[in-house]
Amino acid sequence: MTAQQLRFDNIESQTLTPQQQLQLFAAIEQGLPLVAKPYDALAKYLNISEKQVISTIEDWQEQGMIRRFGLVIRHRKLGYVANAMVVWNVNDKSVDDVAAILSKQKVVTLCYRRPRVLPDWPYNLFCMIHGKTRSQVIDQLNEICQHDELANIDKKILFSNKAYKQRGGKYSHTSASGK
Amino acid sequence: MNDCNVILDTLSQQIINAYQKGFPLCNRPFLELANRFNSTEETVIECFQNLQDQQVLSRLGPVFNHQQAGASTLAALAVPDEQLDEIAKKVNQFTQVNHNYAREHSYNLWFVATAANEDALTQCLAHIHRETGFKPLILPMEQAYHIDLGFNIEFSEHTRKR
Repeated sequence: MTAQQLRFDNIESQTLTPQQQLQLFAAIEQGLPLVAKPYDALAKYLNISEKQVISTIEDWQEQGMIRRFGLVIRHRKLGYVANAMVVWNVNDKSVDDVAAILSKQKVVTLCYRRPRVLPDWPYNLFCMIHGKTRSQVIDQLNEICQHDELANIDKKILFSNKAYKQRGGKYSHTSASGK
Repeated sequence: MNDCNVILDTLSQQIINAYQKGFPLCNRPFLELANRFNSTEETVIECFQNLQDQQVLSRLGPVFNHQQAGASTLAALAVPDEQLDEIAKKVNQFTQVNHNYAREHSYNLWFVATAANEDALTQCLAHIHRETGFKPLILPMEQAYHIDLGFNIEFSEHTRKR
């Protein structure tokens, strides 16, 4: 795999080559080592400087390639077991407005537009609500639906009853065969 | 993966709610946390290690913007209930699959696949189709309106140590 496939050609970094960026990317997607000087440890491993590690991560954050940098938590372990995906079949003209209302709700953590796949799947707007119990999530959803704009939209709530896998995306070790 | 509650001390709770984003980028980040929470660097590192051992911490690091970092999509399969665990296991074997959940719907297996580019992603989904015998519903993101994965955790009595 080349660095270009990971689109580092779009990314401005002060000091690292695309190849070095790819290596740093592959290293940090596994998570930082839990040692006193984690960036220094990565730098030594990659044969670059600690300053280069830190400034490159800063660049990636500024350029939006990294959304957030910190603890990635498995919510189920902390009791957030009622994980609901709510899907809405919204008129294309109002989808942005409906999304804006959903996005403002405190309990909504994610809100995306995705394509309909007719006839099987008419829903084009998705949001996530994470809660500790089903009834809590349903109450929260009912409260949200009191907004006039949301009251009459066809929707479904899909609770997840099992997590088979939950981890960060791995871009750098993927191959077409997948095994 | 077992769904179970774990008991966390106050320091762990404070760290979780303060550092799901904005983890310090400096020479000794754990020391910075220790100073803030009136603890020691060693204790803070132990705390992270403990969170990792208890599988509360998936990792300490970046959440990438999938669109910018590569290609990604949500996909779903409609699987007979009695085959769900078996098919989920087959889907899990693909390294491109990073989230995989059972959900209550006729489309009952939902997963996210990421790859370095669109071609690799398309091939992966075709391979999953062949391997499982079920055709994925492919639902790539068209627009992200709101993403807040680092939400504030409300620690209830039974997840609190003191």
